[in-house]
Amino acid sequence: MKPGSITSLVARWWPWRGRHLVIGLPYAWLLLFFLAPFGVVLSFSLSQMGSIRPDSLIRYVDGALQLTLRGSNFSNLLSDGLYLNAYASSLRLAFITTMGCLLLGYPFAYFMARAKPVHQPILLMLVMAPFWTSFLLRVYAWKLLLGEGGWLGALLQGAGLDAPLLWLGLIEAPGKYMHTPFSLMLGMLYSYLPFMILPLYAALSKMDLRLIEAAYDLGATPWQTFWRITVPLSRGGIAAGCMLVFIPAVGEFVIPELLGGPRTLMIGKVLWEEFFSNNDWPMACAVAVLLLAIIMLPLAWFNRVQDREASA
Amino acid sequence: MKPSHYQAPLMTAKGRSEPFLRIDAVVKDFGEARAVDQVSLDIARGEIFALLGASGCGKTTLLRMLAGFETPSAGRIVLNGQDLSGLPPYAHPINMMFQSYALFPHLTVWDNIAFGLRRDGLPKAQVSERVEAMLKLVQLQGFAKRRPHQLSGGQQQRVALARSLAKRPQLLLLDEPLGALDKKLREQTQSELLAIIGEVGVTCVMVTHDQEEAMTMATRIAVMGQGRVLQVGAPQDIYETPGSRYVADFIGHVNLMEGHVAEDAPDHVIVQCHDCTHRVGHGITGTLGMPVSVALRPEKIMLSHRPTEAQVNALQGVLESQAYFGSYTVCLLKLASGARLKVSLSNTRRHAEEPFRKGQTVWAHWADDAQVVLTQ
Repeated sequence: MKPGSITSLVARWWPWRGRHLVIGLPYAWLLLFFLAPFGVVLSFSLSQMGSIRPDSLIRYVDGALQLTLRGSNFSNLLSDGLYLNAYASSLRLAFITTMGCLLLGYPFAYFMARAKPVHQPILLMLVMAPFWTSFLLRVYAWKLLLGEGGWLGALLQGAGLDAPLLWLGLIEAPGKYMHTPFSLMLGMLYSYLPFMILPLYAALSKMDLRLIEAAYDLGATPWQTFWRITVPLSRGGIAAGCMLVFIPAVGEFVIPELLGGPRTLMIGKVLWEEFFSNNDWPMACAVAVLLLAIIMLPLAWFNRVQDREASA
Repeated sequence: MKPSHYQAPLMTAKGRSEPFLRIDAVVKDFGEARAVDQVSLDIARGEIFALLGASGCGKTTLLRMLAGFETPSAGRIVLNGQDLSGLPPYAHPINMMFQSYALFPHLTVWDNIAFGLRRDGLPKAQVSERVEAMLKLVQLQGFAKRRPHQLSGGQQQRVALARSLAKRPQLLLLDEPLGALDKKLREQTQSELLAIIGEVGVTCVMVTHDQEEAMTMATRIAVMGQGRVLQVGAPQDIYETPGSRYVADFIGHVNLMEGHVAEDAPDHVIVQCHDCTHRVGHGITGTLGMPVSVALRPEKIMLSHRPTEAQVNALQGVLESQAYFGSYTVCLLKLASGARLKVSLSNTRRHAEEPFRKGQTVWAHWADDAQVVLTQ
């Protein structure tokens, strides 16, 4: 082989190898720190308290490989009302938070994307400004605002909002806002709103405005244009925003703990207690595995939307 | 539902007695800048009217005012007796074929065409009938289920045309209709477009910066510059009788020579320029000694190897460069004053008997009806 062909061979191989290196590293990372630990969690969830050993699942007995799977954790999960209630209330909270963020965030993102180009970076910075402060601190701040003697609470009461809030069942007694569904929802919406606004803004700001004009030109009123053109074309942003809010909201632990009422039982809280109060790791792992399975559903939906988007 | 939208356009009426579309002293200001300045145009039913000009001349702003996307700062737009001022775009009985089409990417071809019909609340059967008719008109029957991105540029253009014609608009606006297509596709698409517009009989106003597109498609052209209409006329009038230096220079190639009127007779004028004496075979409204420009198109000049005996409409120059374009060759002559003269020679034979060579002295001459005398 001539030297020239060797260098050309190297030149041909290098980019190929470089690409595999770049792609391979994150995959190796995920394999090592996500898939492998998840395998451990999964195997724990299928074993029982006191028998967590590497050989508890697979054993070599009498010249045969023996696999022992115990589904008892999962059957407990599905039969115990406590767990099911916790799942249900977490999903409900996540769903309401997602819908609330979407309703509040869409108009916000829409007007931000249609604002004058000079104003857009400022508006964008204002949306992201809360990230400059500690999340915990911001959630704690609501305690001062809404709690006894908090000025926001006084303002709400002054504005006569007690009656509708009582009627909706969001608070239980007039003037008492902390540790109610109301303070919980307020904290959730406040914390997750930026995660909804940012992808929506990205989708809406890259939209071709001539499509809006084309719709007007064909006789669509602004309202029809919004529902027929703007909303369908921002579907990707809606899906991304909903995922970014829904998935972490399902497992949310801190906000219900700090702002929620004493009776708000979230799955994140249950998980924590199984691990650290009951020390029942197999049960805790089963709770986590089921939670993951529940979250996979909306993710699968999101992927389908993305695929449709890509083919559109 | 807006019934005015569904008046069938008159297919044959070409009467120019009453204007179908009247643009009356329309002004559009954007802050300090005046985009459209006192434009008045009368457009007859069945015309294809082109607004031609360089970018920033106000043609697009004028089109957007017709569509209703911009409101005139002053003046009126009256279509078929209806004053359009103050109407929102969705109430205009006008549809537009957008530049690069603006097809809805999330809708199929069928739904794109049906969009406007559905907004008027037409019954399903009628919508379907009309969409099928439109698909047939633009010969895209097999493409109803496709998305816009699955179509070629030419097919997208036809969908855009079908969508803008579906509601039977009284006026069709075309924004750079062929601008997004490559050159080869343009000619074919252009004749298809003209055939379809002719078949439907709709009145069109088109905007273009491409003079060839305007000349070949339009019945009349308005040349615009700096927000004003500089000249209105049939393509041939604009080309052969430009009214100003700007128009002469903007449409096609032209040699502009500065001079003054040396003799002013009713049937001819003599214009003395640096490099030659022009004898123009018609009278002009001017005075003796007034400074004028003489516009002479390159293709109206003849070139020869030997001097001509004529004292007027002839000059001598050195062949500085030649550019071969296939069907014609453009020669650049350097004249005694240092000015240059562009001459376009039609390549009527495959090989000239006596080809012109670079650096050679040549003689140019032209007839006395070749020039246009411009006073502004």
